[in-house]
Amino acid sequence: MSARRTYVRPMEGWWTRNPFFMKYMAREATAVIVYLYGLLLTWGIVSLGNGEAAFNGWLAWLKSPLGIVFQLVSLAVFAYHTWSWFVIMPKTMPPVKVGGKRLSNAAITGTGIAVAIVMSLAAFVLAGRLS
Amino acid sequence: MPDDTAVRTRTIAIEVLRYQPDEGAEPRFERFDIPYTDDMSVLQGLQYIKDQVDASLTYRWSCRMAICGSCGMMIAGIPKLACHTFLRDYAPGPLRVEPLNHFPIERDLVVDMTDFIEKFPTITPWIEPKEAKKPSEGEYLQTPEQLERFEQFSHCINCLLCYAACPQYGLDDKFLGPGLTALLHRYNVDSRDGAKDKRMELVHSEEGVWSCTAVGYCSEVCPKLVDPANAVNQNKTASAISWFTRFLPGGK
Repeated sequence: MSARRTYVRPMEGWWTRNPFFMKYMAREATAVIVYLYGLLLTWGIVSLGNGEAAFNGWLAWLKSPLGIVFQLVSLAVFAYHTWSWFVIMPKTMPPVKVGGKRLSNAAITGTGIAVAIVMSLAAFVLAGRLS
Repeated sequence: MPDDTAVRTRTIAIEVLRYQPDEGAEPRFERFDIPYTDDMSVLQGLQYIKDQVDASLTYRWSCRMAICGSCGMMIAGIPKLACHTFLRDYAPGPLRVEPLNHFPIERDLVVDMTDFIEKFPTITPWIEPKEAKKPSEGEYLQTPEQLERFEQFSHCINCLLCYAACPQYGLDDKFLGPGLTALLHRYNVDSRDGAKDKRMELVHSEEGVWSCTAVGYCSEVCPKLVDPANAVNQNKTASAISWFTRFLPGGK
C-alpha cells in the first residue's frame, strides 16, 4: 500500500466565498459600532458628573455634523445588529411550546423584531416628552 | 430497449476538482461536457463521467436516495449531497464540483474523514440506561413528548455537510463540530439515558460548544433538517448554568 498523501486546502478568505459568511461577518462587525456607541453614552454620563458645562459640551458634540453622522450610522448598524441576532435567536434556545405545539423559528424571530420595534418607538416617544 | 441518446441532446459542463496524490501535483479543475436529462442528479453526472469518459474519477456514493450520507461534496460552493441535487438547476454550467471543504483531500472528490471517525466514540453515542433492567422486566417506556425532545437530532446521517459549512471547524479542527454535538445532544436529552454527566465534560471543554460562534450555516445545509446549531447553543446555556451552579451546594 502506498503512503497516503492528503491535500489540505487553505482557509484564507473563507468568508468572501459565500454570501452567508459575509452576512455573518457583517453581524460580527456591528459589535465595533455598538462598542463605540457605548463609549459615547459613557462619555455623556461622565460629563453629567463633571457639571453643567461639561454636559453641555457633550450635547453640543451630539448636535455637531460629525455627531449626527455617527448617530445615523449607529442607527443603521443597530437595526442590522438587532435583525441579524433575532434571526439566529431560535437556534440558541430550547424548544418553546405554546398550547402543546412547538413555536416555529419564524414566530420567535418575528416576536423578537416586533418587541424591538415597539420598545424603540416607546423610547423615542418618551424621550420626546422629556426633552 | 429504446435508445435514449436522442433524448440526451442537452449538455452541461461539469468542472471537477481533481487530485491525484500519486502524481504529486496540486489539485486542479478538469472540465467534462456531458449530456444530461431533467431527472439526472449530480451523482448521475459523475457516474456518466466515470463510465463513459474517465474511469479514474474517484468519489464516494452508495444509496442514491439521501439516506447513506456518502456523496456529500461542494456543489457550486455549497455543501450538498450529489444524489439530492439536480444537474438541470445548474445547466448549462460550468458547474464546479469539489470535495467537502475543511477536510483533507484523499483523492479527487474523496475526503479523509479520520478526524470525524476518531471523535465519534468520544461522545458516547449510545444509551447507557439510567436504571438497568432485565429484558423480562419489559421495555423502557417513553411518552411522545419525551420522544420529540431528541427525535430530530437522531436523523443525522453523518454526511459531514455541516462540518463543510462550519468555518470554526475549518479554522481549528479540534472543535467537536456541529454533527457530533447534535448527536451528543440526542443522547443527553433521551429520557432513558444516564450518561449525561460524562458527555458534559466534553461539552464544557475548549473543544466542546465554546468553539462555536453561532454562524448557523450548519443548520442551513443539513439535508435531514437536523438543527445542529440549536444543539450546540442549547448546550452553551447548559454549560454556562453548570459553571455557575457548581459553587452552590448540590451543584455540579
